Amino acid sequence: MTTTDHLHQTEDPSLTSEGRQGLASSDVNDAIARLIEKGAVLRLAEADVADETPVEVADEESMIINMGPQHPSTHGVLRIMLELRGETVLRSKPIIGYLHTGMEWTGEELSYLQGCTNVTRMDYASPLFSELAFSLTVEKLLDIEVPDRAIWIRMLMTEMNRISSHLLFMATNGMDLGAVSMMLYGWREREETLRFLEKVTGLRMNHNYIRPGGVAADLPDGWRDDVLRLMDMIPPRLDEYDTLLTGQPIWRERLQGVGVIDTETCMALGTTGPILRSTGYAWDLRRDMPYLAYDQVEFDVVVGTFGDCFDRYAIRLQEIRESIRIVHQILDRMPKGDYRIQDKKVTPPPRGRIDESMEALIHHFKIFTEGFKVPEGEAYCAVESPRGELGCYIVSDGSSHPYRMHIRGPSFVNLQTLPHLMHGALIADAVAIISSVDPILGEVDR
Amino acid sequence: MSDTSPTDGADEVAEPTEHAAEPDLVHGIAASWSHGQRVVHPSRAELVALVKTMHDDGYMMCLDLCGADYLDHPGRTLPEGIAPERFEVVVTLISHREASRVRLRVQVPESDPVVPSLFGVHPGTDAMEREVFDMFGIVFEGHPDLTRILMPEDWVGHPLRKDYDSGRIPVQFKGAPSR
Amino acid sequence: MATEGGFLDKGLEGLEHNFLTGTLEELVKWARARSVMPATFGLACCAIEMMAAGGPHYDLARYGMEVFRASPRQADLMIVAGRVSQKMAPVLRQIYDQMMEPKWVISMGVCASSGGMFNNYAIVQGVDQIVPVDVYAPGCPPGPQTLMHAILTLHAQIRAGELTRRPGEGAGLVIEQRDGQTATGVRIGRQSPAALGTA
Repeated sequence: MTTTDHLHQTEDPSLTSEGRQGLASSDVNDAIARLIEKGAVLRLAEADVADETPVEVADEESMIINMGPQHPSTHGVLRIMLELRGETVLRSKPIIGYLHTGMEWTGEELSYLQGCTNVTRMDYASPLFSELAFSLTVEKLLDIEVPDRAIWIRMLMTEMNRISSHLLFMATNGMDLGAVSMMLYGWREREETLRFLEKVTGLRMNHNYIRPGGVAADLPDGWRDDVLRLMDMIPPRLDEYDTLLTGQPIWRERLQGVGVIDTETCMALGTTGPILRSTGYAWDLRRDMPYLAYDQVEFDVVVGTFGDCFDRYAIRLQEIRESIRIVHQILDRMPKGDYRIQDKKVTPPPRGRIDESMEALIHHFKIFTEGFKVPEGEAYCAVESPRGELGCYIVSDGSSHPYRMHIRGPSFVNLQTLPHLMHGALIADAVAIISSVDPILGEVDR
Repeated sequence: MSDTSPTDGADEVAEPTEHAAEPDLVHGIAASWSHGQRVVHPSRAELVALVKTMHDDGYMMCLDLCGADYLDHPGRTLPEGIAPERFEVVVTLISHREASRVRLRVQVPESDPVVPSLFGVHPGTDAMEREVFDMFGIVFEGHPDLTRILMPEDWVGHPLRKDYDSGRIPVQFKGAPSR
Repeated sequence: MATEGGFLDKGLEGLEHNFLTGTLEELVKWARARSVMPATFGLACCAIEMMAAGGPHYDLARYGMEVFRASPRQADLMIVAGRVSQKMAPVLRQIYDQMMEPKWVISMGVCASSGGMFNNYAIVQGVDQIVPVDVYAPGCPPGPQTLMHAILTLHAQIRAGELTRRPGEGAGLVIEQRDGQTATGVRIGRQSPAALGTA
């Protein structure tokens, strides 16, 4: 019996198995007032800390310490200033920018066809989602429709990427909490998934596979067997994780009740993804604002109950199972057809024709050097990445390069919950909390 | 709708075909449609009130707040009565009940790049406004802690402005000495 | 090269001298090559591939390197895995300075080696602007096999003793990169470590 039966959601996102938990506007207003006044966020200028200017602390017993940016558990280059009283965290401030790459600037320099190589490196644990958001936005600006097979291939690849990203979470979460063997197990499964992704896209990471107009290449022969082999291999391994982690008293003690957040705070902070769902609020873009063909596949939206770290871990574990379920349905229903739109303005010709025809050569040349032009306008499209709502906002000016490209990174917004999650927690819990938020600093800093 | 038509994650709403007669208004403010997405164009003075009203309407989450510098842009389409300025602040709100997003585009002049902060309505705009300040130099009045977030705190300049030098290093491989 | 049929293939029997009569230096170099401890300096996408290299499929444990030391004082190899931003550069230098001699640096990935695809205001164009690099591993990201090739190259260099004769700072190119506003100056030619201020 799957544990999600009782969690199956109907239309209203605030309806859970415990009855209607309507989010009244006043509840959110209370949360907003609390967030503004209470101050779990340490308002501290980095320059003051660098100069060792005396800073105002809560009381004489508190001190401010710095965690990161180089630290084994900060999931990348995240720096956190913690105000501690003994072992208890009072206020904190996440300091980012250590991985700022100027990718939004780079997005203006590269053409629309090259744009995916740039955005794919933002969320490097689930790169296909960034490519998908970018491609959907460009397609919206171009007003083109992608063939069915391309849509289903995109769904297949993004669900495989969701599986590999959640396995990475399992591995790093386990290791951060001391279950070091979980690191090895998680990577064992993830490597098998990456093997499939490499077979299809050519690369293990940063694939540049989902492009405006469709996908870069069709699925190779024998892909069904590969996928089936993976889908048969992973579920028993997930049961191993349950044995190793989910039922273990140490694991539960470390995660249950730690880093609790409520729905109103999440709404006020703009949080999406597993953090929002862990509070019991069932909002998943795949079901509520479907894109690609998610309205044609069946899957459950997994929610938690207490909003703590254990819920977030359990949600992601169950989401792997849901993704497997979706992949099985895609296997059955993959349509035949083109893997990219045949519109000459957007799509280069097949490589074989370049040798035969001068027009094809020129066409290929123009698309890859100059790029295709996108009419003037602006659009925003979003997808449900493993971390939350990943959106892409593009302003175009009629040329072949985006005029302004902005990615709404879910981790950037979700990191704002960190001070509220860590308020009142112990230092050891801080590691567990950061791990449960699962930030990817590439999309935080861009 | 047909079950083979692809949907794409944007809030496709039926675009009204009759625009000519009445001005398109949302809560009294000029609005438009962009590829099936609702866009409202408040002025800086109207922004906070509009966001509060929409919050009560159900647009309870602010997804995104970003900036754009239109210095080199050849020309954008704006509804009548909206004067284009150099900068824009774009706010995206979402309503879960209606499963729709709305986008607010606020024109910000170069001479006076100050916008009232949305922190009091959506505390989640804390980091987003800091990023817009860092990248564009737009000041948000009422923000509790408007400091640089992505660049080092002592950085000079606002990198995403169009008149900011790229910082590109001229790369030349031939002249580099070998070991 | 010292690796042809040398100790890396044959272990103790591959030592050039008899174990009892071998010079102390050979022994020390052999031991150093065998017990490199990497420091965690994963920054971006390359960090994921570095973790994959430590995973069960591409096992760094066969070199004794799977335990990444958290403290730079305990490490002797810094694998700079990922793009180094302007804000991160002083931190990188500080970590490097905290490491004890002998220490080595592998620049993993094109972003660490040269700035990669990001030639702009935000990324340091190559960590050899900041720290002396011993091995460059190209790729975006380099797969675990490329990283392991870099590590083995480093082992060979340690074993051959080349690194005690380190000629200079990186490629000998120093690029002044401040806030992207003043004209970027490029100085070519070997500078002494003291003149560069990075010794």
